[in-house]
Amino acid sequence: MAKGGWSRRDVLSRSVYATAGVGAAQLIASAAAAGTAAPPDASAHDVVLHVNGIDRAVRIESRATLAEVLRGPLALTGTKIGCNRGACSACTVWLDGTPICSCMIFAVEVGARAVTTIEGLARGTELHPVQEAFIAHDAMQCGFCTPGMALSAAALLEQNAKPTAEDVERAISGHVCRCGSYPHVVAATLAAAEARKG
Amino acid sequence: MAESGAMRTETFPVGVVGVGLADETRQIPAGEPPPLPPNAELAVIGKPHPRLNGRDKVTGAIRFTVDVAPQGMLFARILRSPHPHAEVRAIDTSAAERDPQVRAIVHAIALDDPAHAVVRYVGQPVLALAATSMSAAEEALRLVRVDYRPRPFVVDLDEAQRPESAKVYDAGAAPGSSSGELAAQAGLPVEGNVRGPARASRGDVARGLAAADVLVEGEYRTQVQTHCCMEPHGLVADWRPDGLTVHFSTQFTAGVRRELANAFDLPLDKVRVVVDGMGGGFGSKSTLGNYGRLAVALSRQAGAPVRLTLTRPEEQMDSGNRPATHQRIRLGARRDGTLTAISVESHGTAGVGLNAGVGNFAQSIYDCPNFASAQYDVFTHAGPGSAMRAPGNTPGAWGLETAIDELAERVGVDPLALRARIDPSPVRREERRIGAEKIGWARRHAAGADSGPIKRGVGMAQSLWGANVQTASSIEVRILRDGSVEALSSVQDIGSGIGVVIAQTIAETLGLRPEQIAVRVGDTNYPPGPPSHGSRTTASITPPARVAAWKLLRQLFAEAAPALDAASSDLVARGGRIERRSVPTRGMSFAEAASLIKGDMLSATETRSEDYGGFRRTMGEAALAQQDLGGVQFAEVAVDVETGIVRVETIVAVQDCGRPMNPLLLESQIHGGVLMGLSYALYEERVLDRNAGRMVNANLEAYKVAGPREVPVIEVEVLENLQGRSATDAYGIAEPANIATAPAIGNAVYNAIGVRLRSLPMTPMAVLAALGKAPTRS
Repeated sequence: MAKGGWSRRDVLSRSVYATAGVGAAQLIASAAAAGTAAPPDASAHDVVLHVNGIDRAVRIESRATLAEVLRGPLALTGTKIGCNRGACSACTVWLDGTPICSCMIFAVEVGARAVTTIEGLARGTELHPVQEAFIAHDAMQCGFCTPGMALSAAALLEQNAKPTAEDVERAISGHVCRCGSYPHVVAATLAAAEARKG
Repeated sequence: MAESGAMRTETFPVGVVGVGLADETRQIPAGEPPPLPPNAELAVIGKPHPRLNGRDKVTGAIRFTVDVAPQGMLFARILRSPHPHAEVRAIDTSAAERDPQVRAIVHAIALDDPAHAVVRYVGQPVLALAATSMSAAEEALRLVRVDYRPRPFVVDLDEAQRPESAKVYDAGAAPGSSSGELAAQAGLPVEGNVRGPARASRGDVARGLAAADVLVEGEYRTQVQTHCCMEPHGLVADWRPDGLTVHFSTQFTAGVRRELANAFDLPLDKVRVVVDGMGGGFGSKSTLGNYGRLAVALSRQAGAPVRLTLTRPEEQMDSGNRPATHQRIRLGARRDGTLTAISVESHGTAGVGLNAGVGNFAQSIYDCPNFASAQYDVFTHAGPGSAMRAPGNTPGAWGLETAIDELAERVGVDPLALRARIDPSPVRREERRIGAEKIGWARRHAAGADSGPIKRGVGMAQSLWGANVQTASSIEVRILRDGSVEALSSVQDIGSGIGVVIAQTIAETLGLRPEQIAVRVGDTNYPPGPPSHGSRTTASITPPARVAAWKLLRQLFAEAAPALDAASSDLVARGGRIERRSVPTRGMSFAEAASLIKGDMLSATETRSEDYGGFRRTMGEAALAQQDLGGVQFAEVAVDVETGIVRVETIVAVQDCGRPMNPLLLESQIHGGVLMGLSYALYEERVLDRNAGRMVNANLEAYKVAGPREVPVIEVEVLENLQGRSATDAYGIAEPANIATAPAIGNAVYNAIGVRLRSLPMTPMAVLAALGKAPTRS
């Protein structure tokens, strides 16, 4: 699901650590033996990411996914990693308002696009109607898949102010929830749509 | 605790609310509060209150173990065996040791002991290392050289039983017991890969079968199911000179603390286990585990905090699973369907582990004078099983409830009418009545009667689960001088919302609202609470919460009584006030009453007392309430006989859990059990390549979990089944909701297509094969 023509394979073949997994490690080992520190990371980039309306300057590796950068140096741990290969949608964030799996895009690909994480859905202390509805309808249990679900549900309401239950099911269909919150998520999203009309 | 021996008599309403309540007397400890009336008369208990940490969950603010990152934290990875069976002859970590980013290496295999220098499943941990970044740890794993000598292996349940198959354990080396929630029967014989049987019996099953008018015999199979917790197993271990702190995604903080103290020879007061957000366990996260031990050892060696989190493939291969079973069931019955004999022989595989059984379902649920079961564990070279949402009874119900449905067909009796003849439980009778009406049982047609390619059917099945209680369950309640109230226990909220349930219990007692109770859980710095497994959390912690709050209220009344010119016994707490019962205008706010406390606070710590009238059975810290938990589920399905696809359209789940504390959260739990049962019935299966011994679907796309588009209409009803056995009379629901779903769906499929499926999962290929439309596997 990589956009912009980059794939993990492309990046790996261009980086210092290409196929030479063993070679690079030997490099480190011999440097260590020589008493020097580990070599500077040749694949690090200084970028500015626009996250939740704020410009964040961060140094990242080519191979770092957006999910890893959000959770690591940006300390926005609301975005979760469930499978790390785009099969569960726990890592869902908005890219220019569109839900994507942040584990399936490199941070260096994001560029100037606006990233919205779960931390950016509320406006200060004022929760998004989807968040209010999730609480009222108990659209969560353990809560691990909840940030991703809430973002997919909220994105749907931006596209479709009067969704049917089937529309909601389709919008959240990529999300795996082992606790079984789906029925309450659908009920909450429909309720949030109703609330927004008023 | 009440003075030992001091009891008093109380009268409790007992029965199912709406059906009939009768007064029964109980002897209760003198210091415990009076009986609670039915929920309709209560202010807060039994009401659909949202969970207290809902806001934290929808904003991403709640921190899971994977989100904890203390200063200087190292990242750990485990090196795992690529072979299903091999000797480990040598391990060379020299290159990894020279890597300056690697700070600690701990071995999981003891090379010096040939009996233990063996790996027995793909994914078995060989060693773990901690490095300064995740990528450094992953790369360092590749620097480790292991010299394996592969041995023959077997991963198939049937093949492993043949005498000529590869052996998982040498003679005398098989595990004899197991840790965690399930305890395997000790001292059973082992022949080849087969251990057992564990036997249970009553009456004379041979005589019962011989006396039967009708015999139903069948073989039923269930698959290995993995837990698929959305938050992987993991911990952040921080070994410091002044003590060990572990953030752990766990179902049992107090239990893990004890395991750590034992494993690392530490006094309990130097070990702290903490969890806030916890992303699912379903039975797989109750113990310290190999991975936990490794992470703590790494932290000790490195002198730094270490986070070890499993990746999704590791979760699928080695974090526990629901074992597979192969059941041979024989039912003997009279012509009217009443049972003369039940015989169950089961061979199951929990990989290299134990406890691949079918529980006590067939033994306990129906009236039948003659019963015998023989349960065997079959070792295979695969990741060990663990408890998973109603272990044993879930596969056991698949077998028995399908066989009972076949019996109903054989004797020409409606499955519901048959249950009425053989099921002694009045609670399930009421559940059947309610469920039958909701699903529209009366319009159920004969099996396979629909014409056309889409055939509909309706089926039902029942559930039985012990009402577990953990008596070593303590909670401290405090009233502070400004009127704020706190509750503290090491019990953990794994997603069931025990926090708000504790708050409701205390708020009801103190005349407050749940939001006014600050509930602090998930930390062994607080009094030790119960595990969150076995559906026992609510039953274990809410009674002592009420008792503690009640005792504090007595003390508060004593402080307030003089100011209100009243006797303590004349005071009540309601609507945020302390008032004179007979003169409500004479009162003060709760906060005003609290301000009269001498000293900063009132505190009471209570431990779960025995059920009034006694438990049915006590096993150490665990106990069984007198009455089992029931449940009846109905399914309506539509089967496309050209594609084999089964669509579950409706599930009606009628369950009981004693006194329902919070219908909103109960509904969530029941949805969870039903959907996990539906997924088990139709989609999930761990697939092992029998030539490589490897799990081929160690991910979330080829291991199929039911998603939003597979969700049926789920109608839930929970009975209020008062028993007068504790200060809250509340029991659990999580597992009971998971047991009946698969057989209800299977019986509905039979009703739809007139052909019986006896193996799970009922995939499209399996349905087509049953219809004679697809080649069967050779």
